[in-house]
Amino acid sequence: MNWFRKLVPSRIRTEGGSKRTVPEGLWTKCEACSAILYRAELERELDVCPKCGHHMRIGARLRLERFLDPGQRREIGAGLEPVDALKFRDSKRYRDRLVQAQKATGEKDALVAMEGAVRGIPVVAAAFDFAFMGGSMGAVVGERFVRAAETSRERGIPLVCFSASGGARMQEALFSLMQMAKTAAALARLEERGVPYISVLTDPTMGGVSASLATLGDVLIAEPRALIGFAGPRVIEQTVRETLPEGFQRSEFLLEHGAIDMIVHRHELRDTIAGLLAQFTRRDAP
Amino acid sequence: MNLNFLDFERPIAELEAKIQELRFVSDGQDLNLQEEIQRLEAKSRSLTESIFSSLTTWQVTQLARHPQRPLTLDYIPRVFTEFRELHGDRAFADDPSIVGGPARLDGRPVMVIGHQKGRDTKEKIHRNWGMPRPEGYRKALRLMRLAERFSMPVLTFIDTPGAYPGIGAEERGQSEAIARNLMYMSALRTPVVCTVIGEGGSGGALAIGVGDRLLMLEYSTYAVISPEGCASILWKSADKAPEAAEAMGITARRLEGLGLVDRVIPEPLGGAHRDPDAAAAALREALVEELERLAAHAPDELVEGRRARLMSYGHFKESG
Repeated sequence: MNWFRKLVPSRIRTEGGSKRTVPEGLWTKCEACSAILYRAELERELDVCPKCGHHMRIGARLRLERFLDPGQRREIGAGLEPVDALKFRDSKRYRDRLVQAQKATGEKDALVAMEGAVRGIPVVAAAFDFAFMGGSMGAVVGERFVRAAETSRERGIPLVCFSASGGARMQEALFSLMQMAKTAAALARLEERGVPYISVLTDPTMGGVSASLATLGDVLIAEPRALIGFAGPRVIEQTVRETLPEGFQRSEFLLEHGAIDMIVHRHELRDTIAGLLAQFTRRDAP
Repeated sequence: MNLNFLDFERPIAELEAKIQELRFVSDGQDLNLQEEIQRLEAKSRSLTESIFSSLTTWQVTQLARHPQRPLTLDYIPRVFTEFRELHGDRAFADDPSIVGGPARLDGRPVMVIGHQKGRDTKEKIHRNWGMPRPEGYRKALRLMRLAERFSMPVLTFIDTPGAYPGIGAEERGQSEAIARNLMYMSALRTPVVCTVIGEGGSGGALAIGVGDRLLMLEYSTYAVISPEGCASILWKSADKAPEAAEAMGITARRLEGLGLVDRVIPEPLGGAHRDPDAAAAALREALVEELERLAAHAPDELVEGRRARLMSYGHFKESG
């Protein structure tokens, strides 16, 4: 590249990497195509890379903020906080991991649920926060999801959940496994009542969350290129000792195998979901 | 008889070897070693009692995975009569890592469903080490709904390292198959009793494990992830599996203490593999009792109670 550097006028040449100080957070690099993106523009794009279309991971509260109509919102189970019932300790104490995650995300746990509306249709919406211990499902996540589903059932208004999770929370041991049964049981009641549930699978949705609430939607929508599956790709590779096919466990792969209904670009999610819900609840198009 | 002694049983194994030797020597000879043999047998028994009275979580894990441990198909003929195996998910295949079909318990028709690991290498391969693929869970669900239609209680036996992590399993919707079972089992309008007989491996176990009562054999385990898996993620080394097992508390007794397991079925001294008939008799007795108790409830009550139980799982605090 030396010949090229010589051609570039010195005033726009960058010397030896990025020594210059740029205000923190003004620019972001796309993990997929490495394009340097202006933070404000990326926000307007709902954190989808304008260069390559990569859907970046976003926090739970931001997800709901963008999804729900502004105004009338009520958070569900906001007062719930995790406890370390087993005094679990690995290389770190679970208690310390919780405090650290709470500081980093500003959330009490990995799921946020709210009652609100989308394009005027009343809904209950929940979203996982992958930044909170990998979006893992412990007792608080399970309980908040159940309360969201129960609110949905009692009011007869649809439930929408955006999942992003590595699975069960190991530090809550068997209690976390039981959250799979608990959330599935709440969805059985919702189904009996005839209330629609739309599950949106975002990157990544794996393990115990994938094998419970996330794949039980009446309609399953995935964001493009999201990793979705039961076992992690590394575990599968070690078990079968083969290289995995290209695009394995990505949204497009799941669509092809009949595992999900549709892949929807983040920009279209609100309209698609509102349109579906209006049809399911016999309303006029929103 | 080769009982396949585990590491921590070595002192017992040595004694047993000595007893065998003496028996061999005394055979066909005038030497009367009977007294000595009896003395050693008593010693072996008390030694076993003392070792088994304070097992670590990891030792219990090894017993739960013991190569001689009775499997679902060892228990079925000892516990039930007239078992007729039914096959297939009606969509793709029959998964031999889950077996099931109608049978009778104490004369009463029931539906039996369980993981099957396989004993020798050939059978292990055929059974995929008891790791089901989606078609296994779908077969189980089909049988459960059949049971519901004909008002038969469902009895499940859990013994799996986990759901199979393979390419085909993912392609055919492993997650959805497990999730669907959890959802339907929570609302099944017939009594469901689940018993962990060996290894309760994560979602692959839970997929036939949602019921009115959860029982565990004394030396079985039930965990959200294998101790090896947990150790390699949280401790960054699979060698720390004993520590991970301890931290997660995966034994029957510990889980009973945590309120997650309703009943622990005692095993014969030294573990179920030492006396499969006695283990099966204890299992049978427990199942008969549990079913009698559940028979008193109408389907609505059962489902209500099962849900209330599921909703109670997990600790948290609440403010505001």
